[in-house]
Amino acid sequence: MKELDCRGLSCPEPVVMTKKALMESAELDVLVDNRASLENVKRYASAMKKAVDAVQEGSSWRISIR
Amino acid sequence: MSERIRVAAAGAVIGLAAVLLVGFGNPQNMGFCIACFIRDQAGALRLHTAPIVQYFRPEIVGIVLGSFAISVIHGDFRPRSGSSPVLRFLIGFAVMVGALVFLGCPLRMVLRLAGGDLNALVALLGFIAGIGIGCVFLSRGFSLGRAGQASGVEGTAFPASMTFLFVLFLAVPALFAFSSSGPGSMHAPVAISLAAGLAVGIAAERTRLCMAGGIRDIILIRDFTLLGGFAAIFIAALIGNLATGRFSLGFADQPVSHSMHLWNFLGMLAVGLGSVMLGGCPLRQLILAGEGSSDSACAVLGMAAGAAFAHNFSLAASAGTGPGTNGKVAVVIAIIMLLAIAAARTARRES
Repeated sequence: MKELDCRGLSCPEPVVMTKKALMESAELDVLVDNRASLENVKRYASAMKKAVDAVQEGSSWRISIR
Repeated sequence: MSERIRVAAAGAVIGLAAVLLVGFGNPQNMGFCIACFIRDQAGALRLHTAPIVQYFRPEIVGIVLGSFAISVIHGDFRPRSGSSPVLRFLIGFAVMVGALVFLGCPLRMVLRLAGGDLNALVALLGFIAGIGIGCVFLSRGFSLGRAGQASGVEGTAFPASMTFLFVLFLAVPALFAFSSSGPGSMHAPVAISLAAGLAVGIAAERTRLCMAGGIRDIILIRDFTLLGGFAAIFIAALIGNLATGRFSLGFADQPVSHSMHLWNFLGMLAVGLGSVMLGGCPLRQLILAGEGSSDSACAVLGMAAGAAFAHNFSLAASAGTGPGTNGKVAVVIAIIMLLAIAAARTARRES
């Protein structure tokens, strides 16, 4: 599973990186550590008709995009 | 409630609060202006001595503290720092220079549009152009780098300093400078300004509303959610202005504005580009600073320094006549500096 570590990055970088990564890989785990990035990445992936699930891991979130 | 409706509702709150603040005494089309208000605060603290723009605006305090309080309550207060603080200071500086050549931040640009000021339409085109340029760098990998976790003391330092200055302003006003004429002398009662700031801080924190983000998201990912906030501010303020007889369509004789189109365009181009590089408009920087971001606090301090320079070195435009030579040169230098930083931080990235 490809994993994209976006912790510490501010919006919209996580979304831009997710967009690029989804061009290369249909399935992806994205790590983010702030709610703005969490919501933005989830919204983007949903708009791309992907199944999205997020679980909190300590102070960050793992967003599974399938 | 869907996210889109929440963002639009937050926009409506901000638009109505802006019209109310004008009704209670704030300058026309300036119910809220983050750039103008930070500039007024810099004046109140005598960082510049332009006599007509000095007042310690409680709206700014309210926005920061509203964001701080609501983010603590919801567990979103996260002290963090280390994403190019000095570059963010410089970008904030450039954003302020651009904003003061246009005479408003993106929020005031929308409020000016809602008041019928067509100069703001020219500025909006510049703002969109600046955001477009920023998006080109972003999609090529521009980044100011990762922020890391910071201490609670670091994260609360900015909201605490704001609170300290505000208490000082209430307790020992003689320490501060206050305008007796001009925009700085026009303000709503302190309690109303503070309450409006708190409401906007809370609404903007919960929805991540951002004036630059709305346009940026459309360009980058075809997402219209944040633009709804932008539109709602415009519609709410437009209705409010029409209802209170404050709508006047045209270019000439608009409140605190000028009609030098090229400089309105370039001023807001600098603001749009800088805002994308910072990850959000001046309002969003205040919200992020309240959430514990030292990097955004650096951007806000850069804006305050930029405001002080803008008035100490005659960079700011004058209402009616527009920017002088110093202001024009400064905007061009600001744009060149932003492009240089953007290029340097794009080329250095591996991916």
